[in-house]
Amino acid sequence: MRIGVVTFPGTLDDRDAQRAVRLAGGEPVALWHADTDLHKVDAVVLPGGFSFGDYLRCGAIAAQAPVMESIIKAAGGGLPVLGICNGFQVLVESHLLPGGLIRNDVQTFVCRDQKLIVENVDTAWTNEFTLGQEITIPLKNGEGGYIADAETLKRLEGEGLVAFRYKDFNPNGSMNDIAGLRNERGNVVGLMPHPEHAVEPGFGPDTSAAMRSGVDGLGFFKSVLNSVVNA
Amino acid sequence: MPKIIVEVMPKADLLDPAGKAVNNALHRNGHSEITNVRIGKRIELHFDRAVTDDDIAAATKIGEDFLSNAVIEDVVSVTVEN
Repeated sequence: MRIGVVTFPGTLDDRDAQRAVRLAGGEPVALWHADTDLHKVDAVVLPGGFSFGDYLRCGAIAAQAPVMESIIKAAGGGLPVLGICNGFQVLVESHLLPGGLIRNDVQTFVCRDQKLIVENVDTAWTNEFTLGQEITIPLKNGEGGYIADAETLKRLEGEGLVAFRYKDFNPNGSMNDIAGLRNERGNVVGLMPHPEHAVEPGFGPDTSAAMRSGVDGLGFFKSVLNSVVNA
Repeated sequence: MPKIIVEVMPKADLLDPAGKAVNNALHRNGHSEITNVRIGKRIELHFDRAVTDDDIAAATKIGEDFLSNAVIEDVVSVTVEN
């Protein structure tokens, strides 16, 4: 299974995302922002970072990159796409997911191990989880406050399009504690926290069992391998 | 130099953390008469010829589609300096 990981100028977590794909059992394929060719990948990850220096708005310039033209088209045809942090911002700026992300209400960058509730498991990226499962993965962002107008929020809640919600603590003022979304079809998922940083014992969040042993992020990448096999 | 100036502001009913931080700093410096600060963007589009009505129409569309995000911001003005 070939999982593309896009690198924009200013992307930081592309190598971590590639490693996560590899640890889950997939083959990572590096995709370049200026290249419209998706190199026959079966899914795409838009990783975190500060694409184009977060100039204009986070993700806004990346959304105009040549590779995004191909990804938007392929996502319309069902290609699984996961946007992590800056990747989530790229997805909302590309209108693949609704709403927007603004500066954290606490006015600071926030970095912590974050508890999430899995709100929807009918997607290419969450089918390894159980509904209502609590997972812990790192969160690190300055502009992660999710907002949408009242009508959009109502639709997201009514149609079950909230994929993840912050548990116990809302780190950035996101409306309805929304940490991540899915699209109607379930092939596109975006979230602010970072599953690719919780995929290998020794390098993940602390758990009650042992320090840094958390690997809850692996489920995202195993999910897409399932969905590609079943497609 | 002829230019079109597009001004973008965060939506009025939205929390503007940057403006809030500046407002707090002003209050610390004794400017209690200032009740609120909001921070937006001024974007200049430069031309090497006179700006036409078509340019203004194009800039307005660019402002709405790319320079601002309608979910969080409003284009508050599109003006020309010829």
